[in-house]
Amino acid sequence: MTWRSPLALLRDALRGQRAREKELRNLVSNLPYEGLEKGKQPNRHFPGNAIKTTKYTLLLFIPMNLFEQFHRLANIYFVGLAILNFVPVVNAFQPEVALIPICIIMALTALKDAWEDFRRYQSDRKLNNTPCLIYSRKEKQFMERRWKDVRVGDFVKVFCNEIVPADLLLLHTSDPNGVCHIETANLDGETNLKQRRAMSGLCISDPEFKPESFDSLVVCERPNNNLNHFKCYAEKPDKEKVGAGIESLLLRGCTVRNTDTAVGFVVYAGHETKSMLNNNGPRYKRSKLERKLNIDVIFCVILLFAMCLVGSLGHFVWLQKQPGVPPYLVADSNGHLDSPGLSAFYMFFTMIILLQVLIPISLYVSIELVKIGQIFFIANDIDLYDEETDSRVQCKALNITEDLGQIEYIFSDKTGTLTENKMVFRRCSIMGTEYAHKENAVRLAVLEEPEESEEDVIFNQQPRPPKTGWSLDSEDANPEETQHHHCSRRKSKVAGNAQSDVAFSSPLETEVIPDRKLLQQISRAESSSGRSGSREMDPYLEFFLALAICNTVVVSMATAQRRRMSVFSRSHQASNPPDTLPNLAKMSGSLRRFITSWQRKPKRNRIFSEDSVIEEDHFNPPVKTEGSGAISGLQTCSLHAPSQDGKPATTSDNLSYEAESPDEAALVYAAKAYGFTLMGRTPNSVTVSLPSGKELVFEVLDTLAFDSVRKRMSILVRHPITKEYVLYSKGADYAIMELLGTPYAEHLCGKQKSIAADTQRHLDCYAREGLRTLCFTKKVVSEKEYESWSVNRQRALAAMENREELTMDTAVQLETNLSLLGATGIEDRLQEGVPDTIVALREAGIQVWVLTGDKPETAVNIGYACRLLEEEDLVINMSCKNTLACTSILDCALEEVRRYSNDPRNVDTTPDISLVIDGRTLTMALSSDLQERFVDLAKHCRTVLCCRVTPLQKSRVVKVVREKLKVMTLAIGDGANDVNMIQAADIGIGISGQEGMQAVMASDFAISHFKHLKKLLLVHGHWCYTRLANMIIYFFYKNVAYVNLLFWYQFFCGFSGTAMIDYWLMIFFNLFFTSVPPIMFGIMDKDISAEMLLGVPELYRMGQGAGEYNFKTFWISMLDAFYQSLVCFFIPYIAYRDSDIDVFTFGTPLNTISLFTILLHLSIEIKAWTVVHWVIILGSVAIFFIVTLAYSGTCITCNPPSNPYWILQTQMADPMFYLICVITTVVALLPRYIFHVLRNSIAPSPLVQARHLDKLDPSTRNQWIKEWRSFRGGGQGKRSGLSTPPSPTLEMPVEILPQSPTASDITGDEFTLNVITENYQRPLHT
Amino acid sequence: MIGAMMASSYNEDGHITVSGPGGGTLRSKKPENTAFKQQRLPAWQPILTAGTVLPAFFIIGLIFIPIGIGLYVTSNNIKEFEIDYTGEDVSSPCFNCSQSFSWNSTRPCTCVIPFYLEQPYESSVFMYYGLSNFYQNHRRYVKSRDDSQLNGDMESLLKPSKECEPYAMNENKPIAPCGAIANSMFNDTFELFYNDPNGTKVQIPLSNTGIAWWTDKHVKFRNPGLNNPNLTAAFQGTTKPVNWRRPVYELDSAPDNNGFINEDFIVWMRTAALPTFRKLYRIINKTSNMVPTLPRGNYTLEVVYNYPVRSFDGRKRMILSTISWMGGKNPFLGIAYITVGSVCFFLGVVLLIIHHKCGNRSNSADISN
Repeated sequence: MTWRSPLALLRDALRGQRAREKELRNLVSNLPYEGLEKGKQPNRHFPGNAIKTTKYTLLLFIPMNLFEQFHRLANIYFVGLAILNFVPVVNAFQPEVALIPICIIMALTALKDAWEDFRRYQSDRKLNNTPCLIYSRKEKQFMERRWKDVRVGDFVKVFCNEIVPADLLLLHTSDPNGVCHIETANLDGETNLKQRRAMSGLCISDPEFKPESFDSLVVCERPNNNLNHFKCYAEKPDKEKVGAGIESLLLRGCTVRNTDTAVGFVVYAGHETKSMLNNNGPRYKRSKLERKLNIDVIFCVILLFAMCLVGSLGHFVWLQKQPGVPPYLVADSNGHLDSPGLSAFYMFFTMIILLQVLIPISLYVSIELVKIGQIFFIANDIDLYDEETDSRVQCKALNITEDLGQIEYIFSDKTGTLTENKMVFRRCSIMGTEYAHKENAVRLAVLEEPEESEEDVIFNQQPRPPKTGWSLDSEDANPEETQHHHCSRRKSKVAGNAQSDVAFSSPLETEVIPDRKLLQQISRAESSSGRSGSREMDPYLEFFLALAICNTVVVSMATAQRRRMSVFSRSHQASNPPDTLPNLAKMSGSLRRFITSWQRKPKRNRIFSEDSVIEEDHFNPPVKTEGSGAISGLQTCSLHAPSQDGKPATTSDNLSYEAESPDEAALVYAAKAYGFTLMGRTPNSVTVSLPSGKELVFEVLDTLAFDSVRKRMSILVRHPITKEYVLYSKGADYAIMELLGTPYAEHLCGKQKSIAADTQRHLDCYAREGLRTLCFTKKVVSEKEYESWSVNRQRALAAMENREELTMDTAVQLETNLSLLGATGIEDRLQEGVPDTIVALREAGIQVWVLTGDKPETAVNIGYACRLLEEEDLVINMSCKNTLACTSILDCALEEVRRYSNDPRNVDTTPDISLVIDGRTLTMALSSDLQERFVDLAKHCRTVLCCRVTPLQKSRVVKVVREKLKVMTLAIGDGANDVNMIQAADIGIGISGQEGMQAVMASDFAISHFKHLKKLLLVHGHWCYTRLANMIIYFFYKNVAYVNLLFWYQFFCGFSGTAMIDYWLMIFFNLFFTSVPPIMFGIMDKDISAEMLLGVPELYRMGQGAGEYNFKTFWISMLDAFYQSLVCFFIPYIAYRDSDIDVFTFGTPLNTISLFTILLHLSIEIKAWTVVHWVIILGSVAIFFIVTLAYSGTCITCNPPSNPYWILQTQMADPMFYLICVITTVVALLPRYIFHVLRNSIAPSPLVQARHLDKLDPSTRNQWIKEWRSFRGGGQGKRSGLSTPPSPTLEMPVEILPQSPTASDITGDEFTLNVITENYQRPLHT
Repeated sequence: MIGAMMASSYNEDGHITVSGPGGGTLRSKKPENTAFKQQRLPAWQPILTAGTVLPAFFIIGLIFIPIGIGLYVTSNNIKEFEIDYTGEDVSSPCFNCSQSFSWNSTRPCTCVIPFYLEQPYESSVFMYYGLSNFYQNHRRYVKSRDDSQLNGDMESLLKPSKECEPYAMNENKPIAPCGAIANSMFNDTFELFYNDPNGTKVQIPLSNTGIAWWTDKHVKFRNPGLNNPNLTAAFQGTTKPVNWRRPVYELDSAPDNNGFINEDFIVWMRTAALPTFRKLYRIINKTSNMVPTLPRGNYTLEVVYNYPVRSFDGRKRMILSTISWMGGKNPFLGIAYITVGSVCFFLGVVLLIIHHKCGNRSNSADISN
């Protein structure tokens, strides 16, 4: 490298800094500059791909680590005191010795940090040295290099199953369609494949990819950590701009799947990649208990200062009172005595050093340790382990375990949290006709039974249908034979693998038994449309086409292998036959054929013949399409489809659908059941096989992706036969219904209107059953319209600013005047144990809110199903269109609720009040002027259901409740839309379920089922809280009790700061003798058994609000500490008064007494003595005596000037020592003991009562629990155990307001306060 | 406390794990179903209620009361006699001596104090001197010594520790023994005479050995120059503490009670825990079973009054006491045991009543109250 002036270097560095900071970055290929020195490289300003996550370097470890450690206030305090001790005038102990505790603590921390950093270094090195392929211009080929050699502007080639080394802009793939599949499990845990599309036209790629030809300028945004968003465009030399987004970016850390090779242009490398920017440290939250604890620590500081002040003033007075210069006043080395004032001033600091333990620094360390222990036990709970996914509960936040025991409000998502998020197609409505799918319902009901045999039976019952047209061998002469063949094979496989569910799609979801009537309708429609030959497709066929096309489901085959492998490796079923999945798919694929043929064989035959006619006459076979010179995209697709999918005969059986949301998959499976099989999807085309067996290849012109604002998605395709531009949309009913061709427009015939009305009626009915509803529409777009729209769309896509808004606007532009095809009802089944859990949580005094994006009807129904709402509840429906109405409704409801709850007659009979509110009303209610009233109302409600809320609203609700009511909140959810809420709550819980891992990543705890929440809160929450609360109280007590001994002694040594205990023994006392028992207490104490806590959820209320650790308990324990220290000091004092006792001989019994008092005090608090408790308590006593005896037996002059030689030995030979120890300990502990006894005997708390029950044998205990619960109101979760006889005044609200619980009320601008009793059916499996 | 640091291993490196497809471990994450991990260890769960603790209270009462009575009786059997000879009062025999103050006065001031013992002292009698208001436990006073010097270390002898300052060096010579404690050693001497009814004045023999702890005399304190019989030579090059009249090697004539192992010196060096204290001065050994060690009658105490106490408002006492297994006279412990025993017994009765009134309820698990 040539010499360059420092100025030039500086200028270069500044330029680099600017280049990195700029909003937009300009990147060019490195190839033309290959081999040039670094200064000439165009992309030199951007960091390389080598990563370094280590915090320290070898040389600077000690200073950097010390610097890091001194960020902790506790360490500064410690070291400050140790340094203070080096000042001769104020030192209380030998300066060197005082350094020992802080040195031990800091050395251990440093050791831990060093070890962790070393592990990071190792993994960095491993990553940096991973091989990868970089294109070299010299060699004209990809050369093997290391990850760390990758630089921005390079071309990197990645093979199948390899990990992407940096963020690559995809330029070329081995796939002819330019598609590359990636798996992002490493980044966000989502295992479904994602498609990435190569940017075309930037390089010569025919016949071989040539990176040299890349001559564009890539302009991309500044690196950010958003994994789902990327903006960039490539500017060709001719100034043409090509936009690209996240769909063309291969992220570092992803794995390439299903694609042989992919070549990309490096846009971000190393620490600027999205995965590295997402690489945050552990979450740090401060728990409520810790916040309270810090206040008490401040009290301790005040106390310390008060005590030091007393010492200082005392010393001053004592000195003043001396008539002369007594021989025990030692002057300094110059023979000079300080004045009383100055001495008193110095004494203040000496006292701080002497009494420093009063501030429980070791408490923080102990708490950390206790929490680690608690997390260990939580993570090891076998009840929270999920067999199916092989996952334990994950504790991501390490320091808020005890908050689990204080929750007052739970905010829950519905889909995937309360429900399984395993979508099952249940019913559909097409053109205003409802198809109930009864057979399917029956099948589902049976499938739910866990027995394998039953499942087998169902399958066996179904006779084999003949194969329908789509497979090559379908026209075999002897369908019966194949049938039997298939049937027997399938039967055996199914029987063998019934339990080995696939991770994503269980047979429950993949199999749909078609409705008989609908099937007939379809075949009729198919034939008729075939015969008429009209360009108008039959709406029935269109409906199913929409089902199959309008989605983002990816069809995969090779992935089946991948998925199964992972499932097997996880569940230990290595012996399973490897073809489980194909068989399951095969089975489901052929399922629908069974029934139809079984029912009406002769008829079916007729249809068959007709089908074949249609096929030949009206649907142009692919070959013909090709011949007629269709557009190129279609051509390529149909050309490549076979090569991609392999033999057609195997394709449909091997199909596996990977959907981002399970309801999409459910719909595709439903379509498949009717013969509309989605065969493949590329960015440009969708292949669907029709019941006739014919494959149609639709050219996909655009996909208008789903977003939470529009609440719908659309896909614009070109029909291969009619050549029409067709827009299929699906979405929430309210998002679709208003976009239908305006109902009052004249061109809309009456039939259309009634279809919409009928469908709406069906939708309402579905919703009431708790089904998720989706509407399907179609729109034919004229060519002209498309062209003009397309221009806008392209412009929007290439925009760098506001791209989201612009693209959404274009989507909205197109989605108008839709014509309704039909609607579907998908069942999302309740998770196991949800009602039980909710009832238990409510009995525990927790208010459960459900925040869902669903319709109010669906939500209310689920609410009843999971016992969130009870029959006799008072349900307030709030739904209004403007703020004024909202205000009056709120006021009105609030007044009613208040009057109702204040009425003394209603104390026992108040039905619980529940509130159902929709998103729009919620927005108004949360506005700053109504917020107070809303929260006030919500406080009176036992349950609140918020429907149709957006993710942002979810978090807003949580924040408002948390801030206004000052309560502990917990948010639980499973999807990306819950992330905001999870982060807003005190505790966020993620459910690792179907919708990826975003919620889990953002959460503090991750569980696999909602039912686990019960044990997590009621048992672990309670335990963690009581353990930690008691441990902390004990810790404060312990320090105060011990330190006060020293304080009382000051009154007898002229406030001179003498310690009557050897300093080493004092260190040992805190370090070894009394440190382990409280930690063990905090980790292992078990006041009530898990069974009892689960059986009687009311016990959870103990921890809510102020809980056990509050102002009162803290000061009671402080007072007790003062009392005990007084006793521990003054009984020995009086006993040894006016004797020849010396300083340390006096201190030894004090030390022993406080050891016994402190340990026995703990013994009173320990609720359950296991072997570990005995070992640790007795071990502590033993260690005390062994260490003290050894120390005072060997140390003759080793610790000058303090000298405890042979003192304990002498004391132990003296009977007085034992007599004093015994009586002092008894007197010290008597009040606490009596207090406990009296409280437990006269006014036992529920906890004590539960402990009494716990001692009974299990059967009697269960009996008692049952009786107790029935006494408490039939387990209905009434507040504070009020008994609830059936209310005679139940009709009261009905008198107050007109009862009109119809759907129109819910959606209309009205509000009802009514008792919903049997308004809704209860179809769900509870 | 120590373990905390070790165990808190945060998983803060969110690294991408590089593992091929299916390369994950085959071990199931299922937690072990052990009693410890599932927190089901068999446990003893005592509940403190009136019923369960009743016996404990009665037992404590029953044990403590006899112990208390025993202690009280023992303490009462101990005979103790105390004379304050400070001489504050003009009428006091030591008034004159107390007025003149000097640590180093060459002419000792002697005062004679007559007293009458009303009871004969049968067993061995311990003679103490008592000081009050003397803060031997002052932090800087307690530290002002050099244990290695006292342990016979030659190096420390000639170069006393810094802790001894300002009593480490005097006129450029190291002080032996150094420090404020040694410097302020009690230097009054007592002689006790029995005034026989027949008029003769019999001096009572006072033993000055066996008054210090055995370990102190034989382990902790050693003269420099290992068993060098010539103490003067061993202490060559050192000087006496400023307030002392004689150098350390002239404390006693007996070689095994001289120098650092002089028992009066050792006793003084064991700093008292409380400002009012007594220290063992001499032992009057029991001579025969026939005659009491100190018969009833008139005695004369002759005090060589050297030690100044006016600078701290102190008082000086001479105490004669017999001892028992529990040491000196101390009625407090006996009374305390009796009181605590009675209180426990009383509480037991109260709890019995409570148990009868409320016990049924809590035991029958009528817990829904």
